[in-house]
Amino acid sequence: MSVTMTMAGRRPRGGLLAARLGARGLLHLVLVVVGLVWLLPSVGLFISSLRPANLISSTGWWRAFATPFQFTLENYAHVLGQANMGRSFLNSLLIAIPATVMPLLVAAFAAYTFAWIPFRGRTTLFLVVVGLLVVPLQVTLIPVLRLFNGLGITGSFPAVWVAHTAYGLPFSIYLLRNFIGELPGEMMESAGLDGATHAQIFFGLVLPTSVPALASLAIFQFMWVWNDLLVALIYLGGTPQVAPMTVTISNLVNSYGGGWEYLTAAAFISMLLPLVVFFSLQQYFVRGILAGSVKG
Amino acid sequence: MSVSTVLWALVAVVGVPLALSAYLFAVEGALKLAGGRARARLRPWLWLAPAAILLVVFLIYPAVNTAVLSFFNATSTQPVGFANYRYIFTDPAMLVVLRNNLVWLVVFTLVTVTVGLLIAVLSDRVRYEGAVKAVVFLPMAISFVAAGVIWKFMYQFQPAGTTQVGTINAILTAISPGFKPQAWLFNKSQNNWALIIVGIWMWVGFAMVILSAGLKGISESVLEAARIDGAREGQVFFRIILPLMRSTLTVVATTLVISVLKIFDVVYVMTNGALDTEVIANRMYKEMFNYQNFGRASAFAVILLVAIIPVMILNIKRFGRSGS
Repeated sequence: MSVTMTMAGRRPRGGLLAARLGARGLLHLVLVVVGLVWLLPSVGLFISSLRPANLISSTGWWRAFATPFQFTLENYAHVLGQANMGRSFLNSLLIAIPATVMPLLVAAFAAYTFAWIPFRGRTTLFLVVVGLLVVPLQVTLIPVLRLFNGLGITGSFPAVWVAHTAYGLPFSIYLLRNFIGELPGEMMESAGLDGATHAQIFFGLVLPTSVPALASLAIFQFMWVWNDLLVALIYLGGTPQVAPMTVTISNLVNSYGGGWEYLTAAAFISMLLPLVVFFSLQQYFVRGILAGSVKG
Repeated sequence: MSVSTVLWALVAVVGVPLALSAYLFAVEGALKLAGGRARARLRPWLWLAPAAILLVVFLIYPAVNTAVLSFFNATSTQPVGFANYRYIFTDPAMLVVLRNNLVWLVVFTLVTVTVGLLIAVLSDRVRYEGAVKAVVFLPMAISFVAAGVIWKFMYQFQPAGTTQVGTINAILTAISPGFKPQAWLFNKSQNNWALIIVGIWMWVGFAMVILSAGLKGISESVLEAARIDGAREGQVFFRIILPLMRSTLTVVATTLVISVLKIFDVVYVMTNGALDTEVIANRMYKEMFNYQNFGRASAFAVILLVAIIPVMILNIKRFGRSGS
């Protein structure tokens, strides 16, 4: 880009327009290629998931557009019925929904305290939370697994809920504190002067005004848990009864090897909900990501 | 699906918020009984208690415990000094693991930031910016597992001369007739790059969204003034836009560094570390579950933590400056 522009500046006037058009054309070309590179892999997966097994392994997915058209829902029927994907879809929901709801209030309490209840060591403690933001989960896996083993809850949903709740807390507290901290001080003070207790201010004033932040946070946490492989793998294990979709698919990858007709369908099923969330709630999702990084 | 599982989920979704609310009102009720000074002193700690307990039990204590375990043997029964670390930093196979993480760290971070910035700057100049950004951001919404399947499919390989079903080999053989189809995930000279490309494909959207927001924050009049003074587009970019976006670039780069150090899913799903593609997090998983060596697994985890500490300090400093 910049090279073309630079050369354009030195050319006589007549060539300037042509160079401009050339640069514009190059710009569009680059962006179209970018669009294709980012879209084609997913499109290829989706189209393949609708093709019969013998065609997937013998011709490229782009040949699906050549006559005779041959599409089928057989692959979806198989993975949902026999490859445990139906069950796994429910498991993913049963893991992600509680793991999304549980940290919200816990984090909001802490965020409110850090923002509006003065006490000694407040800044230091909050910096500890900021530090915990980047602690790799790996460093907690063995002791927490042993704790769950000791309690006899390894392989159960409550174990994963609690783990995801705790792991999500540093980010949740951080994001909510930034939001709650920016609420107008006069609003808080006048509520305090009217004799409202902290609990009343929190539930009556702070929580209702924080709904946008809570929504961003909930979407972010939901997507994180829904897409998680590691935590499920460690604390749930691979038993089909409890496995979420990520675990089931990674098992499929290992056992089927080349069974692309099932893998593509299974992968697409797992993408379905994130894609819906992405297209309907994109702004909240992006806002969550921006809040998590830019504000620091 | 047993009924009791669903029931438990319902209890968690409804019961946990209710119980937490009840706890808070109980705390405030109890504080009313306490004297003024005790009240002010106790309140923050009681409000923080649920979060603090979870953080201590699931993050802080385990981290300390893991550090201790890294100096013990496989079954955590006997102290072994630095043996686990010595093994990781001298065994040839482990050195490959460390090398791979380093390659991931440098290549992934640099390319993702650069491509993200490029797309942010270029798409800023066209009317269909929203569409380009949505498409590039899309992979952020799906799991690494799904992305792994998508790209394993892209990288498929059939021997030369037969029909190529994998998109990449098909495109390359179509463009240049002399091209020999490659087994991207099996050739040791290519497989790490093939995996890193998947990571880049997933994360460029993140870098782009944040850098684009930073770019929009630069006032148009500054750029206009420079252009009127005769600055060329290249100069505007390198002399004005880039310096003004330094802090945003740092934020993006540090976030990428944190995520790439613990890269796991994509390797686990696509190669499981075979043929010299192993990374720390995947190796740690194997040490835990395949070899039951909790000492070595802990040492790997500690190495990740230590590698991240500079970023942690940077974050804390940055927040300490801007926050309070």
